[in-house]
Amino acid sequence: MVNHEQRTECWSWHKHLKRKDPFCAEISDFQRTAPMTELSAHLPQFQHGQLTENFPDNHLSNTNDNSERRRHDNSERRRNDNAESETNGQPQNNMQQVVEQDEEDEELTLKYGAKHVIMLFVPVTLCMVVVVATIKSVSFYTRKDGQLIYTPFTEETETVGQRALNSILNAAIMISVIIVMTILLVVLYKYRCYKVIHGWLIISSLLLLFFFSFIYLGEVFKTYNVAMDYITVALMIWNFGVVGMICIHWKGPLRLQQAYLIMISALMALVFIKYLPEWTAWLILAVISVYDLVAVLCPKGPLRMLVETAQERNETLFPALIYSSTMIWLVNMAEEDPEAQRKTSKNSTYDKQAPANQTQNEGAEADDGGFSQEWQQQRDNRIGPIESTPESRAAVQALPSNSQTSEDPEERGVKLGLGDFIFYSVLVGKASATASGDWNTTLACFVAILIGLCLTLLLLAIFKKALPALPISITFGLVFYFATDNLVQPFMDQLAFHQFYI
Amino acid sequence: MTLAIFFGCTFIAFGPALGLFLFTIARDPLRIIIFIAGAFFWLVSLLLSSLIWFIAIKASDPRDEPLQKGLLIFGVMFSVLLQEAFRFLYYKLLRKAIEGLVALSEDGCSPISIQQMAYVAGVGFGFMSGAFSMINLLADALGPGTVGIHGDSQLYFLTSAFMTMVLIFLHTFWGILFFHGCEHRRWWEITAVIVMHLAVSGSTFCNPLYMGSLVPSYLLMATAATWAYLLSGGSAQNLQRFLLCKSCSVMGTGDPAGSSGYLDQCWGGKRVSQGLE
Repeated sequence: MVNHEQRTECWSWHKHLKRKDPFCAEISDFQRTAPMTELSAHLPQFQHGQLTENFPDNHLSNTNDNSERRRHDNSERRRNDNAESETNGQPQNNMQQVVEQDEEDEELTLKYGAKHVIMLFVPVTLCMVVVVATIKSVSFYTRKDGQLIYTPFTEETETVGQRALNSILNAAIMISVIIVMTILLVVLYKYRCYKVIHGWLIISSLLLLFFFSFIYLGEVFKTYNVAMDYITVALMIWNFGVVGMICIHWKGPLRLQQAYLIMISALMALVFIKYLPEWTAWLILAVISVYDLVAVLCPKGPLRMLVETAQERNETLFPALIYSSTMIWLVNMAEEDPEAQRKTSKNSTYDKQAPANQTQNEGAEADDGGFSQEWQQQRDNRIGPIESTPESRAAVQALPSNSQTSEDPEERGVKLGLGDFIFYSVLVGKASATASGDWNTTLACFVAILIGLCLTLLLLAIFKKALPALPISITFGLVFYFATDNLVQPFMDQLAFHQFYI
Repeated sequence: MTLAIFFGCTFIAFGPALGLFLFTIARDPLRIIIFIAGAFFWLVSLLLSSLIWFIAIKASDPRDEPLQKGLLIFGVMFSVLLQEAFRFLYYKLLRKAIEGLVALSEDGCSPISIQQMAYVAGVGFGFMSGAFSMINLLADALGPGTVGIHGDSQLYFLTSAFMTMVLIFLHTFWGILFFHGCEHRRWWEITAVIVMHLAVSGSTFCNPLYMGSLVPSYLLMATAATWAYLLSGGSAQNLQRFLLCKSCSVMGTGDPAGSSGYLDQCWGGKRVSQGLE
């Protein structure tokens, strides 16, 4: 799920001043909580009788920081844009002012919408480029070395019907695993087993950062026939892993954190590409986007329950892996919730395996960051009972304005769940690995996914409702994959053969 | 073949496009989105036209060579028409988008004008068209092989690269011409674009007689370039001043919407571009 709504909502909050300013902080809380659903136990996979493990990937993004930042931005915006903003502290502003600010916000949303879209295009593109480059050069990831334990049925059958049946069964098993994991997560959260979740997340990202990248590095060396000793490799992996853990779970330079999140998504996508057989992979992609749609838009989804629980308890969930594009500057914020901020960096790690859903859910929750429906719901829930109190208003007005004026309102950020990164990359990677059209198909899928993302963000801005980021992009991607591979490729082949140009 | 061929052909085909992209499109997020959407529209048009061709192929006898070639030629022509149709659809979409942007802007001006959109859309179309023509060739150029070993032309890669470059440029200029024609209801401009496109595609039927395809294409490109330049407000004096590096008398550089280097002013709700002279 994509999130920049949060910002807008923050603005409207400020405008109306019906809610406490901390509400904005709570947004980050939601973000943090959202990922909870991502928790999934990692399940061992058997590969040639050898036990290997898939690792969950959880990351927390500095959503908290982001929300803090957004709060700053919002308050600054208010001050900068509207001379009367100070008076917003007064209860019951005249509606006109509110309406004007509504329009302003809307316009600002759209104005900055394009920038946010690009802020998401770049990391998504980078992730896909890494995945495609690896697939094209390192043969390890296209070699068939067994399957995940979640997809036990083989696809090397004699008849097409058998193969179809097997892949449907595989996809069904995978999806049910994911659903079970999500429910488990909700249950864990409901019974307040925070330590379990925390530990899980950290172990997951540890495994991912160290083990998977070790394998990746080994395969790259093998491909390019680079002689390397274990001591150097140990040093490299150690440094890579530790810095990654610090950046992702605690603090680090923004670009470095973003780079790590992209690398992790790419690693996960590569694992999926390697271990999922072809038809199963496409089916899983399709079912995942349907699940994402259902989970985000239906009132009974586990994700929603999770967020509602978090809301009831008025606490933050562990943020899932969320890619965040802005730097959070904690500037003289009247910290309503210092705890919350500390927790921001705790990333929930989720298992990649069951991850599809969870990632999705997580994605749905996490990068909801603002877009999520949960967020909407929370807001709606909150709007009711919450009144603007003199304290909150005072707190808002107490926010130092001079510290805000230097902030560039355009630095507002967007968030996208890592699950979305992973599945986009899986689609494009599979397209480049197995398509007869090769580069044409890859390029077509790439453009389709970007356009899907763009449309999703546009819908988001229009409906101001949480929307899942997967369905549109994956649908476009799948349609373009099969169409380009089967229809366009023969046409282009013939054209190239005769050297005709269209 | 060799890395030299690969890099050479890549830069011949995509160098100018890359330059255009980096210097005029990459800095403005809105333009990047329009660029990618343009690529997407071209892709959809290609998809539909190859669907039609595929159906025609499947319905015919695969062993009949002249028929297959005839169907391919039909496919090419149909694809050209469909591309122009989608360019028109894209124009309609961008018009609506501009209205939306104007309605939401602070000063009643859209941050990007229809002319800029026309240019970016053209580049989007061109880039995608070129990429689809060229990328598989480039990938093959990295691998082993000898060009034309069975008696075909040895200049295959080079001519493909040049053809791709000219097509990218042509799409850019056609975008400008087409949108201008739609804006001002000059149907003959639109027809001219369609005829030019058909002519260029048709000239490639002469391949491997490259004189018959490359030379007319480049001539058409020069024509389209001049025409688009004149339509965009250029003139011989502008060109002269640019070439002689006369200093600008109009103050201000760059426009709020991006890095086009033009001073955009908003008069009466309309964005007016003033070229820096």
